[in-house]
Amino acid sequence: MTIEVDLKLSYPAPGGQKLNFHFQLVLPGQGITTVAGPSGAGKTTFLRCLAGLERASGHLKVNGEVWQDYKFFLPTYKRPLGYVFQEASLFPHLTVRQNLDYGAKRRHLRGGQAGPGIDLNHFIEILGIGHLMERKPETLSGGERQRTALARALAANPKALLLDEPLAALDRDRKEEILPYLKSLKELTLPIIYVSHDQGEIERLADTRVRMERPGVLPVIQPYL
Amino acid sequence: MLTPEDLSAIFLSAKLATVTTFFTLIIGAPLAWWLSRGETLCRRLCGAVVTMPIVLPPTVLGFYLLVFLGPFGPVGKLFTALGFRLLPFTFSGLVVASIIFTLPFVVQPLQNAFEALGERPLEAAATLGAGPLDAFLTVIAPQARSAFLTAAVMGFAHTIGEFGVVLMIGGNIPNVTRVLSMQVYVYVEGLEYGQAHILAGGMVVFSIVTMLILQFLKPKREKFLRSRS
Repeated sequence: MTIEVDLKLSYPAPGGQKLNFHFQLVLPGQGITTVAGPSGAGKTTFLRCLAGLERASGHLKVNGEVWQDYKFFLPTYKRPLGYVFQEASLFPHLTVRQNLDYGAKRRHLRGGQAGPGIDLNHFIEILGIGHLMERKPETLSGGERQRTALARALAANPKALLLDEPLAALDRDRKEEILPYLKSLKELTLPIIYVSHDQGEIERLADTRVRMERPGVLPVIQPYL
Repeated sequence: MLTPEDLSAIFLSAKLATVTTFFTLIIGAPLAWWLSRGETLCRRLCGAVVTMPIVLPPTVLGFYLLVFLGPFGPVGKLFTALGFRLLPFTFSGLVVASIIFTLPFVVQPLQNAFEALGERPLEAAATLGAGPLDAFLTVIAPQARSAFLTAAVMGFAHTIGEFGVVLMIGGNIPNVTRVLSMQVYVYVEGLEYGQAHILAGGMVVFSIVTMLILQFLKPKREKFLRSRS
């Protein structure tokens, strides 16, 4: 069970230059893999390529399923993934419950049990958002929003979870509040790619560590499983 | 008070504005969406063409439409060949001209709203399994609701206020193309100021009410910023 990545992307940077990324590595197919590195190294770009939000060229295979090939590109909405952005990016016109249902409904229509069969109620309880279900996002605190975003990603029953510095926008106390929840995700049998530059978070969460030393280049990692 | 001709003109204006608003929204929403997706030369060019009627004298637009849609114009020839009735001096002709003339007033508020929303809501929807059309209908449209209402009110009111285009392409035929603004013109030309006052005064009230509605539709800035996260 692995994630095989060989993706190339170049896009114009301000100033007429071109930024070239080449992500070539093999990641374990389960557990939390942290991706660290200096700002501008392309950590977010890496996640966006995995999600199909950037149209990289190359090859991507997630636990046996080809998401992208030289002739084939599975669009983001057909990839069974969960994504948490740096800002919660909840839909402001929907309640917390409707936000959670949004992905769940669509994934269900698109082929039922896609992922590892996450028990959502269990996670709503663990994430402590049960009492917020009928509220609109604008009435939530930053930590509550981020927890809701996490629950929303899980509700879609993904086969891979991509987290882009989900704690970056929060203060220290809120981080401490959410970290245990993130740690509890380890009980899931799906790969979690966790982008962060916070050494403390990495220490506490990582099963596997990847570091981008040079911009856009990831070292080849052999899976531990 | 109001003569049968006045009532006919009012009815015609309302009908024209309703039909025009309907079609401009249907054409304008996807157009505004497309224009709001990044800046390429092609998009800029199309954006300029769509917004051109704002600065073009209505009579100029009406003149060219008359030429194009008339019996010797390309569209007119096509219509004749296909056995359709020619558009100038018909209600359908008025609708076509009004759509072109009103489109920028519908496209602009929508385009601004779509641009303000940015990519993120779409990306979030995509990661949750929503395809482009699904995401537009369930995430973008509800969040741009006030922009849609603004566009509809603008489109309706702007069509009511038309004169030059309607004069050129419609030809001021009673019960067919003589709309409200035209009726006022007819009264003033005939020095019937009393009748003109009634209709003109009504238009002023209508305009003030429209502007008030637009004021209330303006999204509250504070709320909007908070909802971004």
